Amino acid sequence: MVPIPGKTIAEKIFSAHSGTDAYAGDIVVADVDFVMGQDGTTPLAIRALESMGVEKVFDPAKVAVVMDHSSPSPIEGVSALHTIMREFGKRTGATVYDVGCGVCHQLIPEAGHVVPGDLMVGCDSHTCTYGAVNVFSTGVGSTDGAAAMASGKLWFKVPDTMKVTYTGELQPGVFSKDLILALAGRIGADGATYMALEFHGPVIDELSVDARMTISNMAIEVGAKAGLMKADEKTLAWYEGRGDRAPVPVDPDADAVYAQEIVLDASAIGPQVAKPHAVDNVSPIEEVAGTPIAQGFIGTCTNGRLEDLKIAANILRGRKVHPDVRLIVAPASKQILLDAMEAGYIRDLVEAGAALVTPGCGPCVGTHNGVPSDGENVISTANRNFKGRMGNSNAFIYLGSPATVGASVIEGVITDPRKYFKGGE
Amino acid sequence: MQFSGTAHVYGRDVDTDVIIPARYLNTSDPDALALHCMEDLDPGFVKKVEPGDILVADENFGCGSSREHAPIAIKAAGVSVVIAKSFARIFYRNAINTGLPIMEAPEAVDGISDGDRVTVDADAGVITNETTGAVFSAQPFPPFIKDIIEGGGLVESTRKKAAR
Repeated sequence: MVPIPGKTIAEKIFSAHSGTDAYAGDIVVADVDFVMGQDGTTPLAIRALESMGVEKVFDPAKVAVVMDHSSPSPIEGVSALHTIMREFGKRTGATVYDVGCGVCHQLIPEAGHVVPGDLMVGCDSHTCTYGAVNVFSTGVGSTDGAAAMASGKLWFKVPDTMKVTYTGELQPGVFSKDLILALAGRIGADGATYMALEFHGPVIDELSVDARMTISNMAIEVGAKAGLMKADEKTLAWYEGRGDRAPVPVDPDADAVYAQEIVLDASAIGPQVAKPHAVDNVSPIEEVAGTPIAQGFIGTCTNGRLEDLKIAANILRGRKVHPDVRLIVAPASKQILLDAMEAGYIRDLVEAGAALVTPGCGPCVGTHNGVPSDGENVISTANRNFKGRMGNSNAFIYLGSPATVGASVIEGVITDPRKYFKGGE
Repeated sequence: MQFSGTAHVYGRDVDTDVIIPARYLNTSDPDALALHCMEDLDPGFVKKVEPGDILVADENFGCGSSREHAPIAIKAAGVSVVIAKSFARIFYRNAINTGLPIMEAPEAVDGISDGDRVTVDADAGVITNETTGAVFSAQPFPPFIKDIIEGGGLVESTRKKAAR
């Protein structure tokens, strides 16, 4: 008898959601547990639904639309799109997260809309974020999103999986952002196209759920369809009191078949910076230290969570942002803003000179809240530094951890944050 | 499906932010989006592109955001087909769903220079560089993909089928 091969997390989740014995390469039609869209993409999905003559969503409790990319609206065109989204919510019963609620990729897991073992799609490429809590979540376009909102189903090609293992130990001043940037530098922007990533190893086990989300968030930056992790005690503790469905943790089989395996020694990874204009254009911070900056940005679905604000606040407390630098801070959700106020981080950051903007995407995508000027360098905790990303194609975006941004805005040049941590000066 | 036009050649990792910057996503009107197509990579693109022209690029075309405005803008700008060494996953699906023909043909990409006249027989999977005379093969569209693209995208083609 031919032994039955084991399964990856992706293969197990697609099997459970399609009622088939799914393996990589299979095309399946699967039930989705949740569908989400944001203010850039949802209006096109609503138009597609209207064109299809669909008036209802498959289950109003399983659909949400989020105004986060340009929120509050900076221009009348966006205001009209927001109106379309609000009316869609009233008409269908789908949840509407309006101005000030936060970034979709914080809100969806924070509210417990998805739980470990789920399959969900979102009309935003960084939907892969919830892989950190054991959800197969992936970004789709507006037409696919509309089809999923209408039927609760979508066709998928079950992806191959690349297993990424971080061994060793994270060094002081080095964070999960540095781990994922190191991977992007190693395998490139299309290193995992059409694959799922599975992250393993003692370093991942040690990370908080916040820090894990930073890694899964950037799976798309290497072309991946998902960035999956196991659900452990930390994941389940994080889910206590969230949502009304019980988590169904999915572990890979010990004999799961991986298309590729990569091992990275975290002990040897220092702070990493992605240079303009590509996320895989990664250098150790030593190579870019001293580069002058005009703006710092702490926030986004990558690094706008409570732990990120804490890391930055711990560096900036009692210090001042350099007079030639603006620092913009956008908490990833209203709840994070409240928690950060309670903990004193917001006071620390604002007293140091930060400008606090509405919970949401902030200036990440270039529609509002801090478009850089010609020739300016920006150091940001976001996930993309494409040309023109922040609204000006003549600006230059560097990506790093919240610690790297915190250290850099004090000195006005890209700065190694390790001096603020144990073992530093 | 047959296409013929002038090739506009770009490098690898052409992302959706340069194809259509987010600052222009305050509309979903294809013609309005087309006015800014490729603006952050090649500000002169919209002026020089003629109906039927062909976009040619290296690996990972359409990487980045899931915005369906990207294939919509390319199509509305007059581009008949995008030929690349490879496409990013979400863009690939979005292109088919919005009715923008795309072909993976690494050898053709290496054999086409900016400004060459190119003809494409997508049904036969043949790409011809009329300027140099070189002929390349590519995977023809599977019939159901061809149906969706010819029908103007997933929604339009489904509607037409339902009306039949």
